Amino acid sequence: MVSEIKVVSGRGIPLVGNDIDTDRIVPARFLRCVTFDGLGKHVFADDRALCAGQHPFDQPQYQGAKILVVNRNFGCGSSREHAPQAIAKWGIQALVGESFAEIFFGNCVAIGIPCVSADASTVQHLQQLLVSDPQKLVTVNLETMQVQCGDFEAAIFMSEGAKNMFISGTWDACGQLVARAAQIRATAAKLPYLNWSSTTSASSINNER
Amino acid sequence: MKQEYCSCPRLQEGKLTKMVLEVVECGQRQGFYKLVMMVNTTYLKLKTNSSMSKGTLFDKVWDLHAVGTLPSGQTQLFIGLHLIHEVTSPQAFAMLRERNLKVMFPERTIATVDHIVPTTNQVRPFADTLAEEMMQALERNCRENNITFYNIGSGSQGIVHVIAPELGLTQPGMTIACGDSHTSTHGAFGAIAFGIGTSQVRDVLASQTLALSKLKVRKIEVNGDLQPGVYAKDVILHVIRTLGVKAGVGYAYEYAGSTFTQMNMEERMTVCNMSIEGGARCGYINPDNVTYEYLKNRDFSPRGRDWDKAVAWWESLCSDRDAEYDDVVVFDAAEIPPTVTWGITPGQSIAVDQLIPFPEQLSPEERPLAEEAYNYMNFTPGQPLQGTKVDVCFIGSCTNGRISDLREAAKVAKGRRVAPGVKAFVVPGSERVKKQAEAEGLDEIFIQAGFEWRQPGCSMCLAMNPDKLQGRQLSASSSNRNFKGRQGSASGRTLLMSPAMVAAAAVKGEVCDVRELLSK
Repeated sequence: MVSEIKVVSGRGIPLVGNDIDTDRIVPARFLRCVTFDGLGKHVFADDRALCAGQHPFDQPQYQGAKILVVNRNFGCGSSREHAPQAIAKWGIQALVGESFAEIFFGNCVAIGIPCVSADASTVQHLQQLLVSDPQKLVTVNLETMQVQCGDFEAAIFMSEGAKNMFISGTWDACGQLVARAAQIRATAAKLPYLNWSSTTSASSINNER
Repeated sequence: MKQEYCSCPRLQEGKLTKMVLEVVECGQRQGFYKLVMMVNTTYLKLKTNSSMSKGTLFDKVWDLHAVGTLPSGQTQLFIGLHLIHEVTSPQAFAMLRERNLKVMFPERTIATVDHIVPTTNQVRPFADTLAEEMMQALERNCRENNITFYNIGSGSQGIVHVIAPELGLTQPGMTIACGDSHTSTHGAFGAIAFGIGTSQVRDVLASQTLALSKLKVRKIEVNGDLQPGVYAKDVILHVIRTLGVKAGVGYAYEYAGSTFTQMNMEERMTVCNMSIEGGARCGYINPDNVTYEYLKNRDFSPRGRDWDKAVAWWESLCSDRDAEYDDVVVFDAAEIPPTVTWGITPGQSIAVDQLIPFPEQLSPEERPLAEEAYNYMNFTPGQPLQGTKVDVCFIGSCTNGRISDLREAAKVAKGRRVAPGVKAFVVPGSERVKKQAEAEGLDEIFIQAGFEWRQPGCSMCLAMNPDKLQGRQLSASSSNRNFKGRQGSASGRTLLMSPAMVAAAAVKGEVCDVRELLSK
C-alpha cells in the first residue's frame, strides 16, 4: 500500500471551540450503518443544522478545504471511528489543533489523517488568517514539523511514534502486526491466563440465542 | 518545599495537613516526590522526578503483553480479551475480508449486542431496518469467524461492559480492548483496558495485537469515608471536575486509597468507566480480596488448582509499595459532595447545593465553554441547580446499570411516586442484572413508583435506539456524557448524577439532594 504522508497542503477551514466531542462530529443516529460510506455528508450534522448555513463546513468559502484547524481537546468522548471517517470523507486530510483526545488521535493515525498540535497562539492566529483569507494555502510538513500559511510559519508537534508511522508510510499497522505471528504466539504462550480452565470456555459456546 | 505547603491555610487544619505531611515526608525519604501544585481545598498534586512510571500494575501488565517494538518505536501489545458489539465491528470485519485476513485468535473475542437494541419490543426483525441490518451483520460475522456471541435471549446479553465482568471474562492482569471508549470500566479488576476505533478492531481481529505508545501513570488517591448519599459516581465526577476533561490525555489513571479499597466491584467499575471522561483512555484499581471474591465461580473464572495459581499471579501484578508514578493527586473523600453536571462536558459540574458558577469564578480558559453551556442548557450563572424541573429520568448505562445501582435507586423510589409530567425509566445493564433485580422485587418497586421497567441495552445513554429526548427536554441521567445532542435530540439537555440522585429527581420532579430523601 502506497502510504507515505510527509506533507499535506491545501486550503484550511477553521472550527473554533474547545472540547468538541465525537457526538457532535457525528451524532449517534448516523452510526446505524455497516459501512463508513456516506458519512461525509453527516459530519457535524446537528451543529450545522443549528447554524443554518453559517457553520464553516457549510460556508462556500471553505468548500474543498483539506486542513481543519481546531482548538483544545478536539474529538473527546466516544471511540467511534465514524468521527474521523466523516471528517475525512468530507475532504479533510490533516488537522492542526491545540490538543486532541487520545482515541480520536489514534483513530486518525489508523486512517492516515495526521493530527498535529500547536500552541494556542499559533492555532488562533491560523484560524484568524483563514477567516480573513479563506483562499490561503496551509501546509503541514511532518518532516520539518512546521505549519505554514502565507508568510506565517510556526512549529507543530506530534509524538515520535505517530510521526514516524506517517513519514515511513506505516500508519496502517495491520500488515506489520500480522506479519509477526510467531512472536505473537510466543507472547501468548507466556501469559498464564490463556491456559487456565474455567467452567465455560469460549469455544464451547456457539452463537447461543 | 515545606514552606510552600504550610502557607496554604487549608492544609494547616486537621486531617488533610496530616495526610500531606505524611506524603511529603515519604517523598523526602525516598527522594522522588516533589510538590508541584496545590489548589485551595480540593486536592494536592505531587509530581515525581522519574521520567517514567516503574513498578506499577500498568508497567507490569504492559511489559508482559509486549510482543516487541515496531519500526515506528511503538509497542506491539498483545490483547488478552477483545470485546465487540454491533456498532464498531461490521466495518472491521469488512476490512478483514478485503484484505483476505482471518481472525487469529477467535476464542479471545467475545461479542454481544447493546447499542441499538430496543428496550421495549425486542422481537426480530427490529422495526428499525438499519438496526436490524447491524444485528444481522454481527450474527453473520460471529458465525463465519467462530466468535462467541451473547445474543438477545441468551440469558447473558447486555451492555458489553456489564456482561464481561459478570461472566468472569474480565480478570486482573489482562489487556482488554473494545471498540468503545468506556472499555476503561474493566480496569476496576486491575486489567489494562481501553477503547479503540474500528481500524484497531480490525488489527485485533487479525493479529490479537495493537500498535500503541506507552501511557504515563497518574495515581489518583482518595482517602477516607464517603458521606451518606455520596456514591462512586460522585467520586469520579468530582475527580473530573477538579482535574478537567483533558487532564488524563496520555495517562493511565491508577485509583488508589482507602475510598476505593472500601468500594465493591460495581462501584469500582463506575469510577473506572468514566476515566475517559477525564481524558484518560485507561483507568484501573489494583486487585484485592474484593476482586477475587467477585470473580470466584463465575463462568469464565479459573477454577480448581488454576484458581489458586490465578490469585497468586494477580497478587504479583499489583503496584509495588515503592512504585514510581508520573504524578500523584490526592483527594479527601469527606470533601466530595453529591455532584451534578450543569453544562455540556462531564467536567462542568457542581455540588448539588451549589450555584451554577459565574464566568469570573472560572479560569479564563474555561469561560468560552461555560458561555456555550449557559446558552445551550438555558441556565443563568448563579442559578441553583436544585429545584430545576426535569422532564425525563434515565437509570441505566455501562456506568450505572448494575444491580447495586438499581438497589440504591430503588431505595429512593420505594413508597414514592414519580412526579406528574416526568417520564422515568430503568434499563438494566444486562439480562442477568434484570433477572436478579426481578428476583429481588426491584422491578415491582420501580413499576409501583411509576417508572418504566425496560429490557437491557445502552438505551438513552447515547440514544441509538428508539429511547430519545424530544426537543429541549432536560434529563436527569445516570449515564456518562452530557454532550450537546447526546441523548437523541439535537437540543436535548442532560444532567449527569448518581442513580440514587436520578431516582430522587424523578419523585420530586426536579433536581434535589438525595440526602434529604434518604434521611426521611
